[in-house]
Amino acid sequence: MSNLLTIKDLHASVEEKNIIKGLNLEVKPGEVHAIMGPNGAGKSTMGYVLSGRDGYSVESGSVTLDGADLLDMETEERARAGLFLAFQYPVEIPGVSNLEFLKAAVDAQREARGEEAVTSAEFLKEAKAACKQVNLPVSFLKRGVNEGFSGGEKKRNELMQMLLLKPKLCILDETDSGLDIDALQVVAEGVNSQRSAERSFIVVTHYQRLLDYIKPDFVHVLSDGKIVKSGDASLAHELEAQGYAWLQTEPAEDELEG
Amino acid sequence: MTEQIDKALAREYEAGFVSDVESETFTPGLDEDVIRRISEMKGEPEWMLEWRLSAFRDWLKMDEPDWALVDYPKIDFQAISYYSAPKSMKDKPKSLDEVDPELLRTYEKLGIPLIEQQMLAGVAVDAVFDSVSVVTTFREKLEEAGVIFCPISEAIHKHPDLVKKYLGSVVPKKDNYYAALNCAVFTDGSFVYIPKGTRCPMELSTYFRINEQNTGQFERTLIIADEGSHVSYLEGCTAPQRDENQLHAAVVELVALDDAEIKYSTVQNWYPGDEEGKGGIYNFVTKRGVCHTNAKISWTQVETGSAVTWKYPSCVLKGDNSIGEFYSVALTRGRQQADTGTKMIHLGKNTKSTIISKGISAGKSNNSYRGLVRMNPGAEGARNFTQCDSLLIGDQCGAHTFPYVESRNPSAIVEHEATTSKVSDEQMFLCQQRGLDPEKAVSMIVNGFCKEVFKELPMEFAVEAGKLLEISLEGSVG
Repeated sequence: MSNLLTIKDLHASVEEKNIIKGLNLEVKPGEVHAIMGPNGAGKSTMGYVLSGRDGYSVESGSVTLDGADLLDMETEERARAGLFLAFQYPVEIPGVSNLEFLKAAVDAQREARGEEAVTSAEFLKEAKAACKQVNLPVSFLKRGVNEGFSGGEKKRNELMQMLLLKPKLCILDETDSGLDIDALQVVAEGVNSQRSAERSFIVVTHYQRLLDYIKPDFVHVLSDGKIVKSGDASLAHELEAQGYAWLQTEPAEDELEG
Repeated sequence: MTEQIDKALAREYEAGFVSDVESETFTPGLDEDVIRRISEMKGEPEWMLEWRLSAFRDWLKMDEPDWALVDYPKIDFQAISYYSAPKSMKDKPKSLDEVDPELLRTYEKLGIPLIEQQMLAGVAVDAVFDSVSVVTTFREKLEEAGVIFCPISEAIHKHPDLVKKYLGSVVPKKDNYYAALNCAVFTDGSFVYIPKGTRCPMELSTYFRINEQNTGQFERTLIIADEGSHVSYLEGCTAPQRDENQLHAAVVELVALDDAEIKYSTVQNWYPGDEEGKGGIYNFVTKRGVCHTNAKISWTQVETGSAVTWKYPSCVLKGDNSIGEFYSVALTRGRQQADTGTKMIHLGKNTKSTIISKGISAGKSNNSYRGLVRMNPGAEGARNFTQCDSLLIGDQCGAHTFPYVESRNPSAIVEHEATTSKVSDEQMFLCQQRGLDPEKAVSMIVNGFCKEVFKELPMEFAVEAGKLLEISLEGSVG
């Protein structure tokens, strides 16, 4: 089976500081990969670089999604190609209703793929079902995007967007941070319900806790901008017990000089 | 990111074409003779000429105001032509069939068909082209309800008592520099009278178009809502794209008698000048309404055009329990400058006012809210709520808020809220990550920001305003 995502020797920087330093990763359709690692390892940066956030520049290396050159695409083109990033801190867009926002996003994606537009009535039905699935009241569709939502509601709102956009590759950026155990379970159930042979996940997390609910096929440890260890789900438990220190690489030379 | 937003903001001014209409235009210059000639062209009675001349004499003694946060070269009032009218209008066409087709085409191109059958049902239009009213639609239907809707030049002849009684009653001749100038040289505009207890059966609308070069447009609007009546009035404005600045100095007076209600909406889209600030309309406008007992006046404005805007639609809440409202969206980009807001003057008991102002600044523009809330000693139990929000797009523009509060009654309550926010990189990234292109993202964020004001616009206009904002923000895309 060919890869959905292939990252080869990726180097990337933010504000002229190298953060990703030779990242390699292969994700096949249907797989769930967990990326763990200490603070400052480059976990969030990886998600931003892959999704093409402004200010994150790729120095070298290559990334393909479904065989297409991801790095050659604009941010919105990457989204339309099936890449979805669930934010660690979702931002508010006051006055723009969730429903309006989501319909515009789904319309833009369908149009780019040459698919027929969904009618407003159909979409509303789907959106209501998605709300129910992530345990958000339907009234949230009318509220401004993330406007006045609690931390847990924002995370569930991200998940609802994922359900409606039906991406091929979902990157969950520390989706578990700030969630209590009940909210965590709701999010995990939502993710698990979306696991399929056509959809892959990269679950970025600091803690092993989330992985009790979302069972990964692979666990990778990201440290100082590259993957230093890979294994199966049991690696997460090992990390929980021993911490990250034993895996951290020697500091790079340029940092010593600095 | 800034670059992307700039691109998204690059707009084409769709109303920038020039109509090829043969016009009779005064040579530039202003003195008493010019005023006499304007009055003569309009065939005005003597009292009207005297009124103009006294305003002109006052104006000569006045100074141009300099307190607004706008910067423009000194206007040479002798370089402006004060009258221009299509030649075909000289014989006063009796019906649409007699109106120059080029004029009708102009309005059609602007999306305002004047042929009644093609119009939006329920909206009557007065079309003002340079210094004259071209046509007023649905007049017969309105007359059935007793509503008078006609060019003000005609009202001076046909309804002199109403004009004499109310013209200058809300905005006195000497009110300010531009108002005095307007009194002296105004050429046309709309006149509305709604009789007692009547609900105007249609939306009334005036569409102002400046076409001729080097002319100013000085229109005058007077709306009188008699006791217990109700009217909703809309105005729109556009002008061709020209390298020279042009002056527009209008006066609008609203009179809401006891229990009457006037809703006045504006979509102002005068030519704003180019990216470097060349050309564009100087928009110096005085708009004010007086509310008698239990009356209500609501101003809603969407201001996207003009190089310089100086405009403060205001309410004098004279009668007890009267209500004043001001809802405003002002968008500036390029080198545009806007200094706009409102004045709510509370005189009567239990009077209420609401001010919602949304300023959006982009490019190298400057956008100021300037508002006054005055509670006079007699304004027992009066209330005001003000909310001023500014949205910045990019880092080279300015947003300013100048709220003035004068409370002389201890029982009056004044509330003021203000926020300044930016279209943030995070918001843009969220939108794009979900598949929206940057243009759609900016337009969506800005529309969300303006939502509270848009919902106050009449239905037909809300759609137009949303579209206008989208055109303003998106260039010709979409």
